[in-house]
Amino acid sequence: MVTGKGGTGKTTVAAALALALATGGKRTLLVEVENRQGIAQLFDVPPLPYAERRIAVPPRGGEVRALAVDAEEAFLEYLELFYRLGRAGRMLKRIGAVDFVTTIAPGLRDVLLTGKVKEAVTRVEQGHRVYHAVVLDAPPTGRVGRFLNVTAEVAGLAKVGPIKHQSEGVAAVLRSPTTAVHVVTLLEEMPVQETADAVAELRELQIPVGSIIVNQTCESVLSGARVTQTQLRRDLEALGLPTDRRTVAGLAAEARDHQARIRVQRRLRSELEQLGPPVLELPFLADGIDLSGLYVLMDALLEQGVHTA
Amino acid sequence: MDTKRALDLDTLLADRDIRIIVCCGSGGVGKTTTAAALALRAAERHGRRTVVLTIDPARRLAQSLGLAALDNTPRRVDEIDETAGGELFAMMLDMKRTFDEVVLAHSDPDRAKEIFANPFYQAMSSTFSGTQEYMAMEKLGQLRARNEWDLIVVDTPPSRSALDFLDAPKRLARFLDGKMLRLLLAPARSGGGRSVLRLVGASMSMVGRIMRKVLGGQLLNEVSTFVSALDSMFGGFRERSERTYRILQAPETAFLVVASPEPDAIREASYFAGRLAEEQMPLAGLIVNRVHTVAAHGLSVERSLAAAETLTTTDPDSVTAAVLRVHADLVRTAEREQRITDRFRRTHPDVPVAQVPALPEDVHDLEGLRRCLSALL
Repeated sequence: MVTGKGGTGKTTVAAALALALATGGKRTLLVEVENRQGIAQLFDVPPLPYAERRIAVPPRGGEVRALAVDAEEAFLEYLELFYRLGRAGRMLKRIGAVDFVTTIAPGLRDVLLTGKVKEAVTRVEQGHRVYHAVVLDAPPTGRVGRFLNVTAEVAGLAKVGPIKHQSEGVAAVLRSPTTAVHVVTLLEEMPVQETADAVAELRELQIPVGSIIVNQTCESVLSGARVTQTQLRRDLEALGLPTDRRTVAGLAAEARDHQARIRVQRRLRSELEQLGPPVLELPFLADGIDLSGLYVLMDALLEQGVHTA
Repeated sequence: MDTKRALDLDTLLADRDIRIIVCCGSGGVGKTTTAAALALRAAERHGRRTVVLTIDPARRLAQSLGLAALDNTPRRVDEIDETAGGELFAMMLDMKRTFDEVVLAHSDPDRAKEIFANPFYQAMSSTFSGTQEYMAMEKLGQLRARNEWDLIVVDTPPSRSALDFLDAPKRLARFLDGKMLRLLLAPARSGGGRSVLRLVGASMSMVGRIMRKVLGGQLLNEVSTFVSALDSMFGGFRERSERTYRILQAPETAFLVVASPEPDAIREASYFAGRLAEEQMPLAGLIVNRVHTVAAHGLSVERSLAAAETLTTTDPDSVTAAVLRVHADLVRTAEREQRITDRFRRTHPDVPVAQVPALPEDVHDLEGLRRCLSALL
């Protein structure tokens, strides 16, 4: 499970993680649940259907498949699988009952979505697990506790019966060592605060926290360095570069901002380290994230031993 | 930048015909901070009696606005500059309490008590992901009806998609209208016999059986009780939701789409701009937050990196080389962000755009809020 505050790049990290876990001939499934088609955009492919499709090949063999889980399709699939009610499903849809289950009744939607993930995790073909790992691009930190705490969510609704049964099956998998929730953050105040809140909440729920993944870190090439305009001007002049006031003062101002950011980042990094879970770091890519950028992040995760995280 | 398309926020905030500003956009783009900064500026600079309705503010920002308690009523923010004659009020939405208020307003105390005790109501009023959107709009309607403020700035809930905020109220209103439920639950209720049932006949009881099997009888019974208790209120819900919807379409309302200069957020902003046009809701502009700005304009990426390399061959610890590398990264980032923002400009040439520079530190006090709009690009 990969969560994080909105805007921290959790979809990107989930994709890089799915690639990293598939290297060396394994198969992983990358899943999204919020109808955003973020995976398709990231890999630059057409919108994903409700079907598992190969989306990338990691180094040294293996494959990453992707799936966009749609609550409505998952409900119809569930009806067919457990009740052999494929055709009735269409009628339920016409009458608005599917809408009720997937969008209005609190919690049922999340039971369906996490239920589909559980199904993929436990699926076996010819005596072998189909997927070495299933990576879920989960809802953001603000909603992840509720999303994963499926039993409590439907507890008020269903004290007995099929929903309770289904949600308990999902909860057992989510609380087992099979699961790890990774929290993606940036070295900024609000995402770090939300990371701390999410780690505390997940622990409370007894859902295993994997690691904290700090995204978009930049090298602190200038930390502690004394930047003077005199020195800058002298070096620029020697190289035949512009030495006008705007350029020199501009560079000094940029360096000052950078150093201020580095100081904030250092403080926030140590706050994160005190939370307990291992802290992994991913580099900031100034050109943005494209397919090759994903492989850079995958390498960074592998170097930091993500297999064991 | 083409000045025609630059968004002038001060003109917007000063316009007394604008009574409501709605900030929307995807999660993590600084919507709440932007809403608070706009409200503060409207009060301090433009002398407006302003209220900001926030949904889920970060703790420290909430504290800076004096919102320690989530009590669902606007509180006056004392520490602002009121020399221009303005005032600032802030409130945090309590969705369950707002929902309770709506129930109370539309039923007698006994009926309300019965509804509050219903497990399905309890679950729905506090966890349904659309309730927050619906109640934010309900609260907006209430604040507008009180007519005590001349400007209401609204933050929108951090939903799955920015569009939920338009769709969820409709969906919830449709559900509370109860047509689907009455059809669905009719076979389970005593004394059925409504005319609509005779039309659907046998297939309906089959649907009822399936739902009972899949969802369990207990849940359906609770939903059924809830629906009967709410019966008298259906019209009220729909009417309120429609009234708020009309306010959103009125010329007194201005929508601001907030984004960060990242592909996802800009894509969502584009989508939202199109959707607002479709709904005939007035979009005032796009605010792009946390834009990186270059101070030393005369140095390209290539020249900076080449110079840095030359410097490090003679002095591996050259500070100037490090400064030039930081500059090169900044230029690349700024150029990428402009390319991404230009995508929006090309697809929505008529929508004005304002860019807010990234600050080295986060905003979590009134001074930070003042600074964050003062440096508009």
